[in-house]
Amino acid sequence: MIEVKELRRSFGPIVAVDDISFEVEKGQVLGLLGPNGAGKTTAMRMLACFLKPDRGTATVCGYDILRQSVEARRSLGYLAENSPAYSEMTVGGVLNFVCDARQIKGNDRKRALDRIVPMCSIESVYHQTIETLSKGYMRRVGLAQALIHDPQVLILDEPTDGLDPNQKYEVRQLINNMSKDKCIIVSTHILEEVEAVCSRTIIISKGRILVDSTPQQLKEEYNCGLDEVFRRITRTEFG
Amino acid sequence: MQAFLAVFKRELKSYFTTPIAYVFLVIFLFFSGYLTFKQGFFEMRQADMRAFFLNMPLLFIFMVPSAAMRLWAEERRVGSIELLFTLPITITQAVLGKFFAAWLFLAIALALTFPMVITVCYLGEPDIALIITGYLGCLLTAGGFLAIGCFFSVVSKNQVISFVLSVVACTILVFAGMPTTLSYLSTFLPAHLVSAIENMSFQTHFESIQNGLLQFKDVSYFVLLIAGWIVAGSILLDRTKAG
Repeated sequence: MIEVKELRRSFGPIVAVDDISFEVEKGQVLGLLGPNGAGKTTAMRMLACFLKPDRGTATVCGYDILRQSVEARRSLGYLAENSPAYSEMTVGGVLNFVCDARQIKGNDRKRALDRIVPMCSIESVYHQTIETLSKGYMRRVGLAQALIHDPQVLILDEPTDGLDPNQKYEVRQLINNMSKDKCIIVSTHILEEVEAVCSRTIIISKGRILVDSTPQQLKEEYNCGLDEVFRRITRTEFG
Repeated sequence: MQAFLAVFKRELKSYFTTPIAYVFLVIFLFFSGYLTFKQGFFEMRQADMRAFFLNMPLLFIFMVPSAAMRLWAEERRVGSIELLFTLPITITQAVLGKFFAAWLFLAIALALTFPMVITVCYLGEPDIALIITGYLGCLLTAGGFLAIGCFFSVVSKNQVISFVLSVVACTILVFAGMPTTLSYLSTFLPAHLVSAIENMSFQTHFESIQNGLLQFKDVSYFVLLIAGWIVAGSILLDRTKAG
């Protein structure tokens, strides 16, 4: 469902993503791991059609991110790093705006809101403005807007960042429940999250893919926990 | 069309869910009235709105950039641009949606000057067609300034910088057509260049419409100007949206 072909993007002299290629199938949850500045967010932004690659391309549900950008965006849900939204709008206002943009109307909209609001536990803040929300609620609103059209492909940039342990557990459960019918990419620093939700892991550093494996295989191969695996791989790279 | 309407609706609502609209409207209505009476509305002893329309470009130089500066600068500063452009919305739909929402907001501000029309109608028998072309000229001028403001709102994430750049650009385009500027330029520039500068100015076309002459060249000037700045803003936004 996602096919990435030699994607490259640089910002001035800094190469953020350097010729990465991979595929993700339906039913897979891919964990994108890497130290700060590894290129995870840049790669996700390119897949979400927010950034244009310098070279290479990718397809999302068969739609090319460069030539069929609108169709690709229609078939994916994207949660950005800081869940940006319009601060003066209410949660309901933001979700209705997303429905307008995604052409979800009438009964479909009512059904979508009735499904997503309790799913993301945002009933209590539905009429509150975004600027008054805590980081955890902001994250949940971001998740709700990404899921409102029930997309086939989900791209989640640090989905549990800022959530308390209970909320983290709930989000991981949510990802696990959706994983059978969707193709999901999750970027994270939290290695326990990779073990909890990901069926596959890609470790990237300095824009390049260092490892493409499953969490289980990595632990067996290095004969240690994922924390140690991550340290060994990325430290070797930095060294 | 749906995506355009989504952006249009959201943007128009955002003016009224924040104090921006109310502060803008109060200041605009106060100064439009103040400048009219300062211009000698009663002393003219004529039931027309010349005194009202005369100062509109000068008022717009400050007021329109203040309504336009947030359009893209705010989206980029807060990061909501990432939400906007990961939805199935094209750059053109987003730019036009925001532009027309802001233009409608300015049209609402102009419409709220209706007590002036009532006053003139009460005092005498004004030429209604002249009033209509006057408002049309104001609306087109506001659209032109707004397109410039939109462009400079893309240029910088900082709203103050966007505002200042827009004011400077609008000032140049208004003052280039003022008689004093043109007579000064004619002292060292050839006549055809002075004429070209005159034709590029807002003032020349605005005054022509104010006189009740709705000519193709004046309307097409505003349409081309608006389209040009919007296209330039769209191209720049496509390059810098993630920056």
